Amino acid sequence: MEVTKIENVTRIFKIGQVETQALRGVSLSIQSGEFTALVGPSGSGKTTLLQLIGCLDQPTSGSVFINGKEVSKLNRNQRADMRRGTIGFIFQFFALIPTLSAYENIEMPLLLNGHSASERRARITDLLAAVDLSDRANHRPDQLSGGQQQRVAIARALAPRPTLILADEPTANLDTANGKQVMEIMTRLNQETGVTFIFATHDPRVIQYARRVITLRDGLIDANNVQHMPEDEKMAVGA
Amino acid sequence: MIQLFRMAFRDLGRNRRRTFFSILALAMGLALLILMASFINGEMSNAMDTTIQLQSGHLQLRAQNYDERKASLKWENLIEDPTKVAGQISALEPVVAAAPRLFASGIATARDQTAGVKIVGIDPGSVTNDPYREGLVSGEYLAPDDREGILIGRPLAEKMGLDVGDQIDLTANTSNGDVSEQLFTIRGIYSTQTRVFDSAIVFLPLAKAQAMTGTENHASTIFVLLKDKDQTDAVVNALQTSNNKILTWTKMNEVIIQTENMANSYMSLFYLIVLAVTATVIINTLIMAVFERTREIGILAAIGMKGRRIMAIFLAESSILAVGGILLGLVLGYLAVAYLERNGFYVGNMAVGGGGFLIRDTVYAKFTLEGTINLSIMAFVITLLAGLYPAMMAARMEPVEALRAEK
Repeated sequence: MEVTKIENVTRIFKIGQVETQALRGVSLSIQSGEFTALVGPSGSGKTTLLQLIGCLDQPTSGSVFINGKEVSKLNRNQRADMRRGTIGFIFQFFALIPTLSAYENIEMPLLLNGHSASERRARITDLLAAVDLSDRANHRPDQLSGGQQQRVAIARALAPRPTLILADEPTANLDTANGKQVMEIMTRLNQETGVTFIFATHDPRVIQYARRVITLRDGLIDANNVQHMPEDEKMAVGA
Repeated sequence: MIQLFRMAFRDLGRNRRRTFFSILALAMGLALLILMASFINGEMSNAMDTTIQLQSGHLQLRAQNYDERKASLKWENLIEDPTKVAGQISALEPVVAAAPRLFASGIATARDQTAGVKIVGIDPGSVTNDPYREGLVSGEYLAPDDREGILIGRPLAEKMGLDVGDQIDLTANTSNGDVSEQLFTIRGIYSTQTRVFDSAIVFLPLAKAQAMTGTENHASTIFVLLKDKDQTDAVVNALQTSNNKILTWTKMNEVIIQTENMANSYMSLFYLIVLAVTATVIINTLIMAVFERTREIGILAAIGMKGRRIMAIFLAESSILAVGGILLGLVLGYLAVAYLERNGFYVGNMAVGGGGFLIRDTVYAKFTLEGTINLSIMAFVITLLAGLYPAMMAARMEPVEALRAEK
């Protein structure tokens, strides 16, 4: 099933008199359960593409579909509704609310989706266990390491059971060990829950986890390759 | 909802000093206004109470054709057999006391100095004249049968360099248009702490005043004090059959009531100005908070929070600031009012004479519950309104741009 489809999308930013063409006509289709990397140098349009898929932004022209629904024409509130139930975000900076504990950060999207207190408690307990942070539930972000914060962010993204998780440079601010741990958790959750992951990166160590690698250059898709994954067998054996 | 306030509360805790000073600004503004309102309330009820006690009473009974400005002493302008009339009024249940008074214009002369005075003949035994008996600063009070004694106010005594035992020459108009003159001995000097009153009024026993002015068995007015001024109408109805005219305290003190209304409208304007100033402090605090948390607003938007809800967080913050500021303001305001209720505020000679009203030289604040409640509600509403602009600013942020922010 097609989670997202992008048709001939352009995005032009105007800053003062200067126009910057971030995307110049991109078409793309992502199937359910994919674990796909968007790669390319800085300024190639990775983040812009993620923001369009994530309903955070609207294309200058072209169409974006999520689960078969065109989202490029939605208004602010409709896009917020779409994000709330369907899309999870993981950012490069560990985008947690600093005044809320790990537990409360994960709880936030569940509150927005109107889950009951008992549903929320059960879900958060599961998610904290899934990202190996059960003992850090009541810690605030400033009491957690960068890797732990990013794992909380992953749990928060997964909380409302979205069909799609978008991660923008999720390991860029992490050391090698923590980056590896974050990618392994993402891979595992992709396989266990079937949720689709699309992540932007230019870190070769991260790219190796992807099943499909889409390369962007100057706002256009330069290459779109499915990788053979030796980890598949390893993980299957390990599991 | 609870989560919303929990979040707002913690957000305010991030910059405690700033939050404290915002709350303090609101608190000081509110405290000032509560103090002002209580001060005005104290001043106005002081004016009303003092004027009722010393000048107007709750009710006065006068002859139909008596003209107060002329202080006429013609018999047809006066009340006949006033002691009997006063006795009848005193018998009414809501009446504390009723006593005749006789007014005459006069000139006091002592040594080389003269002063225009208003001679008031009183029944020294009546409780309606307690303020003068209790206000004695030296000497003795008048006896009803004293034929040579006079009571004068402290400012007049000071001005003319007189003391108890000194003699004073008094010239007064009489009922047939002549003048009569007599030497009196100062028995006592009184002070009601109302300079304009004390410097103009001299007291004689009623019988002596009547004898001097040729108004035997007549009085200018029957001065009536009630147990409760709300019973005025009841007493007016009971006295309606009399041939004389009845003046009520509201009618006699219209100036005070008008002044109070005017003061209240000025104060409303003043309240708005002070609250608008404190509102700008709140606006400033919240705008800074919005700028500092731009990226967080982006995150909340990214996980699907709608503008309305983001707005609600900031409105919750301003309502917490409002509640904090109001509570602190109530405490500070109440302390300030309590101090001025106890110690008063010296205003000096503020009294207005001549058909006007009397204010004692020290004004005591009088806590106004109604005013305090109104001000608190006003402060809350204005603070919430102040939060509206920053909250809308936060709600309207584009998620993409908010996420790009440094903080």
